[in-house]
Amino acid sequence: MANYKVLIVEDSPTMRQLIVFALKRVRGLEIVEANDGVDGLKKLSSDRFDLILTDINMPIMDGLKLVSLVRNDPNCKEVPIVVITTEGANEDRERALALGADEYITKPIQTGKILEAAKRLLKLEG
Amino acid sequence: MTDNENDKGKANRGDEFLQIFKKGAEFTQELLKENERLRFEILKIQEDTKPDETTGGSMDEVAQLRARVESLEKEKEEVLDRIRLVEEENQDFANRYIDVESENNMLANLYIASYQLHSTLDHQEVLQIISEIVINLIGAEEFAVLLVDEKSHDLQTVATEGVDQATFPVVQVGEGVIGQAAQSGENYYVDNLAEYTKDLESPMVCIPLKIKDHVIGVLVLYHLLEQKEQFADVDFELFTLLAGHAATAIFSSKLYSESERKLSTIQGFINLMTK
Repeated sequence: MANYKVLIVEDSPTMRQLIVFALKRVRGLEIVEANDGVDGLKKLSSDRFDLILTDINMPIMDGLKLVSLVRNDPNCKEVPIVVITTEGANEDRERALALGADEYITKPIQTGKILEAAKRLLKLEG
Repeated sequence: MTDNENDKGKANRGDEFLQIFKKGAEFTQELLKENERLRFEILKIQEDTKPDETTGGSMDEVAQLRARVESLEKEKEEVLDRIRLVEEENQDFANRYIDVESENNMLANLYIASYQLHSTLDHQEVLQIISEIVINLIGAEEFAVLLVDEKSHDLQTVATEGVDQATFPVVQVGEGVIGQAAQSGENYYVDNLAEYTKDLESPMVCIPLKIKDHVIGVLVLYHLLEQKEQFADVDFELFTLLAGHAATAIFSSKLYSESERKLSTIQGFINLMTK
């Protein structure tokens, strides 16, 4: 039985698959995928999640808007959020963190960093 | 001399003798006492100076303890040596763990890239996946995919990111950096990434897309993401993977699209003739 539920919000199937592949190494994680911010919000409204990983540049609703909406939603405002993006500028990082993101990881994707951040935010040992 | 006088003389000598005897006795008594006192002093001095059994025992114990300390010191050194060895081994394991992790991550990237490239037969989708791999896994933000036109022998741009496709120069196979890479089938990398300035005709990286030795196109990179300063080992592996797998994915999706188109045309004719 899954101990934690993780939501991945990413429009690129390649990236989604890579993140899922990385997180599957942690036992007890149930992973749910969403194609964009709106899809992510829908899934957040119907289920309880322990961690959200989101891209920034996505169609329909971007990741920053999603972070902002999650932080203002009393039902899920406490859920840790990891932003994974190509935007490496400091101002982008600061903006995301100011909106309420807990971790900011830049692409090219390094599965080790994602795994490390997920474990830390879920307070998993090892 | 009269008898009386003789008796008196005898009595006086007796008294004298008695007195002398008494004095001798007293002197002897004193001597005995002094002797006793001296013996006592000697014993006392002997006791003070001569090491007794307890002190002798302590000496033995000290010697034993010294030997024990020496043996423990040796043992300690051995344990420390063993700890050093274990620490070295731990460090070695930690390094190996990092290597394995890095290898694992690299294999994950390659597996996903390969899996995605062959997950569809839609030509546009294949080009989209190539772009995703180049952006997300390699970390380039300006690049183009060019394919060889079998008729004109030109390299024509089929996908771009951060580069205007309309202004992209026409490249002949064998001409310029891109054309030469397409002709030779050899990867091209600029010597110094930091000093590279963008030039559409001279990219920082050219990766010929090959099916065996047949080049069907070229992937060219012009600019990396801000946070990407240089290529890692995994990038070169991804370039190799793209050179082969992207080529077959593009080729098969192109063939599939053409056959679908032909099939649809033939089906149209059949429908027309059978009506």
